[in-house]
Amino acid sequence: MNIPAMDGHQDVVLRAENLWKSYDHGSIAVLKGVDLKVHAGQAVALCGPSGCGKSTLLHLFAGLDESDQGRVIVNGVEVNSQSNLLRLLRHEIGFVFQLHNLIPDLTLAENCLIPTVAAGIDHRTAQARLRDLTERTGLSHRLNQRIQKLSGGERQRTALCRALMNRPGILLADEPTGSLDEQTSVSVFELLLELVASEGITLLMATHDRKLAERCDHLVEMHDGRIHELVLSQ
Amino acid sequence: MIFFKLIVTNLRRHRIRTLISIAGIAFSVAAMLTVVTILQGAIGMFSGILSSDSQMIVFERDVSDLFFSNVPSTALEAISSWPMVAHADPVVFGIVSSAGHPIITCFGVTTADARIRKATWITGDRAAFGRNSEDVVLGERAAQFLGVRIGDQVPIGHAVFHVIGVVKTANGFEDGGVFMPLGSAQSFFHKEGSSSVITIKLKSKDDASSFKKMVKANFADLVALEDDEFNRSYSQFKILKATAWAVGACGLLLGGLGVANTMIMSVFTRIREIAILRVNGFSHLQLGGMILGESAVVSLIGATSGSLVGICILFALKRVPALDGYVDPTIHPLILLVVILLALLTGIAGAFYPAVYAMRVRAVEALRFE
Repeated sequence: MNIPAMDGHQDVVLRAENLWKSYDHGSIAVLKGVDLKVHAGQAVALCGPSGCGKSTLLHLFAGLDESDQGRVIVNGVEVNSQSNLLRLLRHEIGFVFQLHNLIPDLTLAENCLIPTVAAGIDHRTAQARLRDLTERTGLSHRLNQRIQKLSGGERQRTALCRALMNRPGILLADEPTGSLDEQTSVSVFELLLELVASEGITLLMATHDRKLAERCDHLVEMHDGRIHELVLSQ
Repeated sequence: MIFFKLIVTNLRRHRIRTLISIAGIAFSVAAMLTVVTILQGAIGMFSGILSSDSQMIVFERDVSDLFFSNVPSTALEAISSWPMVAHADPVVFGIVSSAGHPIITCFGVTTADARIRKATWITGDRAAFGRNSEDVVLGERAAQFLGVRIGDQVPIGHAVFHVIGVVKTANGFEDGGVFMPLGSAQSFFHKEGSSSVITIKLKSKDDASSFKKMVKANFADLVALEDDEFNRSYSQFKILKATAWAVGACGLLLGGLGVANTMIMSVFTRIREIAILRVNGFSHLQLGGMILGESAVVSLIGATSGSLVGICILFALKRVPALDGYVDPTIHPLILLVVILLALLTGIAGAFYPAVYAMRVRAVEALRFE
């Protein structure tokens, strides 16, 4: 599935070639020969029922899992080694989960700074980026709050800030609003779209929510481990 | 800073578990430090007996214990006449029992011996020592635990002696011992015509090497060692030192197992957190370093507090009257350094498996399910 490039965005940043993935020694096939190309700057939604392989595809793009067959290429480099993976996770890809996956004993600021520690980014640069992101996401007054004291929406916005701390070119989001109520879900999603647009980030997002998905540049339907159709958004 | 915060945060998260681990290391270090220092002090005191106003010691070659050494009087006469020798003092060591006291150390010495010359005489007259074969001088502690004073008769072994003085010495062994005239001791311990050792003071320290060569050339059954050499090579000292370190090592091993248990639990209960760090770019080395860092913090705090506890124990033991003179609370800096380093290494070794486990956590599996 080749998603048409938009004007000025010709580079393919995410490419899956004939991806197969199964669990339990092959008894549960999750991906069945997926091909997908995503161009730089696109916001693409992956839709489909639970178990259709959306999350698995995102995990493979982030190097968090290994395919049984096929190739995953990110920014022109095949994801197949530990050094590749570290570079990806530190500098090229940000990941947002359905559950915020923040460390509860740390503050909002400390959680956001974790990727900068991993990547060895200097303190001043990291702090400046933290201030910028938390101001844009309306969290600047909550920097020293522990995660337990944040609301669900604040936690997910914190997770979004953390994913963007190292200025990745690609954001992978796995049901980023799936655990939020409808109103919060819409506001977090709008914030997500606003941030990726302003920073020129490529977004690949798995979601159940058809309404949210339709607000992306493109919508890809998945079913039973295969990509079935590409729905161009309005 | 965040990296260190992650380390501290996890330790604070399970305070009781962390405190138990710290206590395990601390008590191990305290035990090791106390045992090693007490035995080093004991060795120091024993070697102090030998090196009293002397630089060298002559004794029977290949003997397992100085109590079994026999140095003939002919050797004493010959060595005394050598030009580099300032003085040579024969000493007979013996151990006997007395009523209610299984072990009393006896020293058979001449009137010229430094132990008699330099001791502080609490009661009695130094000039009277050696006049009568049945006279003995007691160390202050020996007089106390035997409950005798000057002029009393004291049963020692199979004989009864007359106390002609009580002396105070800085050395615990000497202070708890009995001083006999050399001839009496030779007779009492069946060492007629010989002594256990000869302590030697040379006119010049530079003559030590030539003195040893002369002993070797003239007396095939004897060996001459400088005091430091003796301390290093005497098998009894080696056994004592090895025992002390072995006991301490066992303690540390137990402490290390405590740390290992804590770190294993720590890793197993936060697999998800480790996966989060992995997704956010932490390398295997960073994850392993974090776990080892936690262990290092526990070990360092444990080693430091254990050292303080050990020092307090030693000073407390020093104040126990029965141990006065036997315990030297001075901790050698090298021993302290070795003990702390061993504690650190033990703690870090204990965290090795948990660290490897953390490094192998598969993020996607850990994050898949809540």
